[in-house]
Amino acid sequence: MSKVKLPDSKAGKLAWKGDIPITSRYTAGVAGQKFFQALKEEEKILGTVCNKCEVTYVPMKLFCERCFAQLDETVDVGDTGRLVSFSVVYIDLDSKKVNPPQIVGLIELGNSQARMVHRLGEVKSSDLRVGMKVKAVWEMPLGREGKITDIQYFKPV
Amino acid sequence: MKLRKVAVVGAGITKFVRRAQETAKELSYHATKMALDSCNMPLEEIDSVVHGTAPDAFDGVHMKGEYLSEASGGWRKPFMRSYVGGGTGVFAPINGWYLVASGMYDTCVVVCEEKMSSCQPHPQGAFLTIFDHTTERPLGPNLLWIFALEMNRYMQVHKIPREQIALVSVKNKRNALDHPSAQLGAELTVEDVMNSEIMAWPVTRLMVSPTSDGAAAVVLASEEVAKKITDNPVWISGVGWNLDTAYWTNRDLYYPEYVEKAARMAYKMAGIKNPREEINVVEPYDPFAYKELHHLEGLLLADKGQAPRITAEGITARDGKMPSCPSGGLLGVGNPIAAAGMMKICELFWQLRGEAGKRQVKNSPRTGLAQAWGDLMQVGTVVIMQRGD
Amino acid sequence: MLETGIRLHGTALEEEDFKTHRVFYTTDIPKLQYAWDCGVAMGHYLKGLKQGKLLGTYCKKCKRTVIPPRVFCELCFRNMDKWVELKDTGIVNTFSICYVTWDMKKLIYPEIPAVIEIDGASKGKGILHLLAEVDPKQVKLGMKVKAVWKPKSEREGSILDIKYFKPI
Repeated sequence: MSKVKLPDSKAGKLAWKGDIPITSRYTAGVAGQKFFQALKEEEKILGTVCNKCEVTYVPMKLFCERCFAQLDETVDVGDTGRLVSFSVVYIDLDSKKVNPPQIVGLIELGNSQARMVHRLGEVKSSDLRVGMKVKAVWEMPLGREGKITDIQYFKPV
Repeated sequence: MKLRKVAVVGAGITKFVRRAQETAKELSYHATKMALDSCNMPLEEIDSVVHGTAPDAFDGVHMKGEYLSEASGGWRKPFMRSYVGGGTGVFAPINGWYLVASGMYDTCVVVCEEKMSSCQPHPQGAFLTIFDHTTERPLGPNLLWIFALEMNRYMQVHKIPREQIALVSVKNKRNALDHPSAQLGAELTVEDVMNSEIMAWPVTRLMVSPTSDGAAAVVLASEEVAKKITDNPVWISGVGWNLDTAYWTNRDLYYPEYVEKAARMAYKMAGIKNPREEINVVEPYDPFAYKELHHLEGLLLADKGQAPRITAEGITARDGKMPSCPSGGLLGVGNPIAAAGMMKICELFWQLRGEAGKRQVKNSPRTGLAQAWGDLMQVGTVVIMQRGD
Repeated sequence: MLETGIRLHGTALEEEDFKTHRVFYTTDIPKLQYAWDCGVAMGHYLKGLKQGKLLGTYCKKCKRTVIPPRVFCELCFRNMDKWVELKDTGIVNTFSICYVTWDMKKLIYPEIPAVIEIDGASKGKGILHLLAEVDPKQVKLGMKVKAVWKPKSEREGSILDIKYFKPI
């Protein structure tokens, strides 16, 4: 435990300061392991398919949330997609200005109807249009870690 | 109030491990899927979902219930999360029970999950805030303190030697050798437990349950639905829960009054007049060895200070008159907080149906009781389950 | 059915699997900085500590003096009636000798946390603190102890204004 410090008298009232000293460590999981392996080693974005419910899950999901079947069939959804929505973000988590502003997009991949959120790059915010075609820009192979940031961003094509 | 009969008709569980590769969702899914498959229940026949899980900080997901909803069968269904600290695993089925008993739904799946290994360097980092931030945290407390303080008070008031408490670790860890989920099954002696590292006197390492990842689930159904699903339903005949004040330094820790109140509520509902004769198998909460004894007394299954004696006499052994923790308990199977309490509900289900394999108790039990405990040594949750009609 | 030997889901990893990056994972340190207001009762309690006093509150209906103080009585659910200055002595209700920190690092010198029933409060009403100036083996339930205060100039209105309790 970090030592709790003493009353904050400047604020005119007594308060104790403290923290919760934890680091969260998230495993990619069983389905995630395969997803990130393909991302890192093969520049592929994989999904899992439930044929009964006609749903593709990207990133890969171990099970279909609708019918609860375990999903074994994987599909390469390709690294291009269609911009479904976007935002231009001018502030960070602490409300500080971000310069240049960051562009985030919701991208529908291939023909899958599966959507993922990622950054957009090599594009002026004034040129952004819903429906525009975008493609993944990959981190170079030696820089990849098996994380979602192995894709640097998506850019218009 | 007119309550409907509610049965447990299916159960599922994962392995309990120190660090799981599976995500929290994947663990929840496997337990839920196994519970549904065990009673051939397709997801579309589940009307409602209850999820029990401990502080968000463990998994590091600060909307853990919602995060786990679809992995618990909750996709586009009425979903609720229950939480009373360590008591959650037996509180969640109480929540599920009243959704069905009230007539609101015919079926409910109740799922409990914990992935404590996400919390680094140790899950205690998340526990620290249970202590009062102004009067206690500056002293640098850790979770072991409250258990050690309570155990010492219990021992000294009743003059109980530590060897008798160590016996609980020996029994439960041995029982766990037969549980396929078990993380810490072991064949040990009282000396092994006594000679293991002292963590916070009087607590030694082998008197403490581990931190774990895991999930467990049950399917609940109304009487009408249950009878269509199975010839062998296990009824929830009584439930009880109770909370004491969080001013824990103002209470006498030698006896858990709130557990007694929860137990009396459940016994009354189940029509149980003489628990020591009528409860045939019991799964009291055992995160520390003394807690099983403390809770057997709070549940009125032993006189105050006498739980060590009935343990030494073998009454609580798997082949005894009133087996306690035949599963192996938290000490042996593991302690993924909420999932550990649910593991006890699952164990009663299998025991009462005679489906526990090598763990099966010998007294062909008709009635069982599961209990969990938690928060700042302040909550007792109790479920009584019964075979037959 | 849950027979012994049945194979269940759940894949156990070792720390080594993370160190060697055999499995993919991400980490995050949540920014969790809190400022907890002391409120009415605690604010007054801390002022008392700065002056070297232990304060409790009294409920005339339940005839109870409690410490730590609170503004309401949780038994009869009324406002507490008055402040009471308690002694800085008491008896050990229970104690432990703790050899590890919260993140399981070994302590060279064990700590002795204890619940101390404070003289002047109702029976059984105590606070959490540490014991020192005592051989851990000599600590007993019911032992009389007294607060050891920091020098007045170093007190800051904190539970740590009492360094520890020692036997008398």
